Amino acid sequence: MANWVPLWLHRLGSPPVFYRFAGAVRPWALGLALVLAGVALYGGLFVAPADYQQGDAYRIIFLHVPSAWMSLFIYGAMAVAAFVGLVWRIKIAEVVAMESAPVGAAFTFITLVTGSLWGKPMWGTWWTWDARLTSELVLLFIYLGVIGLYHSFEDRRQGARAASFLVLVGAVNVPIVHFSVNWWNTLHQGSTVRLLGPSHIEASMLWPLLTMMAATKLYYVASLFARVRADLIASESGKGWVRELLAHRDGSGA
Amino acid sequence: MSASLAMGAYGFYVWSSVAVFFFVLLIDTLAPLARRRRNLRELRARIARQENRRRPGTPPSNESNA
Repeated sequence: MANWVPLWLHRLGSPPVFYRFAGAVRPWALGLALVLAGVALYGGLFVAPADYQQGDAYRIIFLHVPSAWMSLFIYGAMAVAAFVGLVWRIKIAEVVAMESAPVGAAFTFITLVTGSLWGKPMWGTWWTWDARLTSELVLLFIYLGVIGLYHSFEDRRQGARAASFLVLVGAVNVPIVHFSVNWWNTLHQGSTVRLLGPSHIEASMLWPLLTMMAATKLYYVASLFARVRADLIASESGKGWVRELLAHRDGSGA
Repeated sequence: MSASLAMGAYGFYVWSSVAVFFFVLLIDTLAPLARRRRNLRELRARIARQENRRRPGTPPSNESNA
């Protein structure tokens, strides 16, 4: 492999480099996410036909399913970062893991609420203690536990290490959420879109779903980078580069 | 157009979902921006306090923007 990739990753491990990189990428990721979300919602709410069984209520899928994917995807990203942070003690990895948790919690919360809004007209109930719903609720509690543990330590890095352990332990819940609809007889419907084998969905409904998936991924990047920048200002406040940044901001009248 | 906005009988559920989605993500977008600004402000005040300790007698310069 070309050796500029590991070299670049190594440079990105330096807080000031990551801070600048995140600041440059964030507006583009957020802008593209907004455009894609707009296109996806137009396609999903107005262009795609109504479902033959669920009528227009199924359109909640275009918000609910991408959010649910993100609730698991962000957990995966957070677990990888937590592992890297614990093993190699790379500060940026710890910060990325810890700052992923609020975004993951937000998507998990959206998943639960939109699922509830979908469940009421289709199942006749806002909530049921079904395997998929319960494991997703547990996922939210794990996210909140990670956030709480991180902030309960006076020393940030100690908090990040303790919370990273919780992230790795809590990772057992991710396959449970994913496979719950296969392992148990649930009220929640099975997977519609599958990586292996044909998806059970029409192309006119599939493309808005995949577009929204891309939008939420980009949104995660934007939100994570904003959070990492805010975190680094505080955790690196004693370092020269933050002082320089501040002096530069003051100098430019900001 | 108004027929498609009504979403059959499910308008309340569909549009509530859209509202929740964007409301939660809007808060998630604004919170870290405010936190970064607050962190910068606190750091500026702390540096100003340190400067004052180092040179006693000089008027505090951090009162205006603390």
